[in-house]
Amino acid sequence: MKWNRIQKIALQSIMKNKMRSILTSLGIIIGVCSVIVMVAVGQGSQAQIEKQINSLGTNLLMVFPGSSNQGGVHQGAGSMNKMKLSDCEAILEEAVHVKYVSASVRAGGQIIGGTGNWNSSVEGVSEQFLDIRDWDLASGEFFTVKDVKYKKKVAVLGKTVADELFPDMEAIGEKIRINNTPFTVIGVLEEKGQTGMGNDQDDTILAPATTVLTRLKGKDKINMIYVSANSLEEIDAAQAEVEEIMRREHDIDYGDDDDFQIRSQTEITEMASETSETLTLLLAAIAGVSLIVGGIGIMNIMLVSVTERTREIGIRLSIGARSHDVLTQFLAESITLSFIGGVIGILLAIGISLFMNNFTEIYTVINPTIVFLSMAFSAAVGIFFGYYPARKAANLNPIDALRYE
Amino acid sequence: MKPVIEMNKIVKNYAMGDVVVRALRGVDVIINESDFVAIMGASGSGKSTLMNIIGCLDDATEGNYQLDGSNTNSLNKDQYADIRNQKIGFVFQGFNLLPRTTALENVELPLLYDRKERIKNPRQQAIKALESVGLADRMDHVPNQLSGGQQQRVAIARALVNDPAIILADEPTGNLDSKTSVEVMSVFQELNEQGKTIILVTHENDIAQYAKRTIVLRDGHVIQDDKVEQQQSAKKVLANWIEE
Repeated sequence: MKWNRIQKIALQSIMKNKMRSILTSLGIIIGVCSVIVMVAVGQGSQAQIEKQINSLGTNLLMVFPGSSNQGGVHQGAGSMNKMKLSDCEAILEEAVHVKYVSASVRAGGQIIGGTGNWNSSVEGVSEQFLDIRDWDLASGEFFTVKDVKYKKKVAVLGKTVADELFPDMEAIGEKIRINNTPFTVIGVLEEKGQTGMGNDQDDTILAPATTVLTRLKGKDKINMIYVSANSLEEIDAAQAEVEEIMRREHDIDYGDDDDFQIRSQTEITEMASETSETLTLLLAAIAGVSLIVGGIGIMNIMLVSVTERTREIGIRLSIGARSHDVLTQFLAESITLSFIGGVIGILLAIGISLFMNNFTEIYTVINPTIVFLSMAFSAAVGIFFGYYPARKAANLNPIDALRYE
Repeated sequence: MKPVIEMNKIVKNYAMGDVVVRALRGVDVIINESDFVAIMGASGSGKSTLMNIIGCLDDATEGNYQLDGSNTNSLNKDQYADIRNQKIGFVFQGFNLLPRTTALENVELPLLYDRKERIKNPRQQAIKALESVGLADRMDHVPNQLSGGQQQRVAIARALVNDPAIILADEPTGNLDSKTSVEVMSVFQELNEQGKTIILVTHENDIAQYAKRTIVLRDGHVIQDDKVEQQQSAKKVLANWIEE
């Protein structure tokens, strides 16, 4: 018997029982839709995290203080900070693969100025910081080598701080006081947005590292060093150079552990992606369960339908349908239902994802592979959960089936 | 005349738990082309079993059954299905039409299962069959929009559509009132006059009078096989019908 005739019979049967068909497909619609949306949410957040890490800067290496090792016991990271501004100078002078270097010295403080009073953090950096972070000024100018060298009390405000302190007026040229030390505002940074962790990157004040160390911190230890390699290809070479220079500067003997750690941007991206990949996988697994439940729903309704349609099967058998024809018809019905359910689920998922991207804070990325996979899976569900009821129908004895009330 | 059905010492035993039910105990029947046979008997006489075997819904335990010149013994399920599709037209007591399916689609159904596709245009053939039972104007109606008599005529059209060797009717008037019964019998008589072989299973004597021959079963044996002396004409009965 030709396949198109079976398909015709199956489609007739589906169309003649619209309510039953819709209910049967509903499980698959919801299952496919939730798998795609869940994965889209997971991958959307992954894409955003990656985007934000990349916005940290270009070809970036970050040097952090290491952990101390006292009597074989490792202390926490940063427990023994030996990093100083001189390390930065040495790297900038000697490393050939390195383009920009900036220290980072963090200090918190109460900022008073203009019409406001705001608690923010001050980051002491070098004049090359903006190049490293790939950041621009909205207005004014950045501090220079001289400003850093002479420990000038100048500050560049992040967008959030500028808006808080000087909501209706030009900030440049105004005085602010950070923990009672007066600074002159010389520039305002352009908006950078939130980090992946939800921190507002614009809630910051940049000042020369030297000034922050002497005026705000009163010590010479710096929190970290930003290093920008000449190019992406030179990151590894730059990392090796920086390590060598740092070891020498810190008088670390051959064979001893580093008292600092270097992280590259790619490493950080990988770490963050790993977390969100796990999240995506978890979401997909939960949604996958709903697909299986949907499949069981199909089997349940197909089984009920076989019982309900026993007489119909008897009629078909008595007028000459082979049991194989009945099997194929029932399989075709369940595959068609789950396939149509899959298509509707995909369309629904695309709709939901577009809605989320346009009207909510959640960013989603539809993954074509997942769309294809869930499509294939829904067809497989149709075959797998449709086979048992179909075989049950095909094996009915025509005499008994005809007498069935 | 050519025999369509030749049954030789047909025996059928069922196992019901530990008890063996001997439903048929050696039945010899020969039915010729263009005959109109009524198979009669009380319930338990074996007439349903005999009908199932004639209709290739079931096979005999012993004996030899030839349908339309070919032996039906030791065939498999699929071959039985093909015989039912090509050589037998069924008409049932409960009509057995597919619900929510138009008369035309119901009639077309056996042709869809014809894997030889002997009939090139199933739809056309189905329309012809419906016309021949006088339902040309009801083709797009679904079963529950049709009266019992009309439904049974759709079922007869379905039995006709594949041009079978025999039409096998199992109590076709059992669910119908007496006038409609006669109407249905007149359809059968008309088909018989056109040369169709019709086998009718019934327990009603007056219905059997419309056939040409009656076979009576009891306890799995044929106890009587007679020509009907005065075959009733359903048309004449209808013409003289007086409403009670």
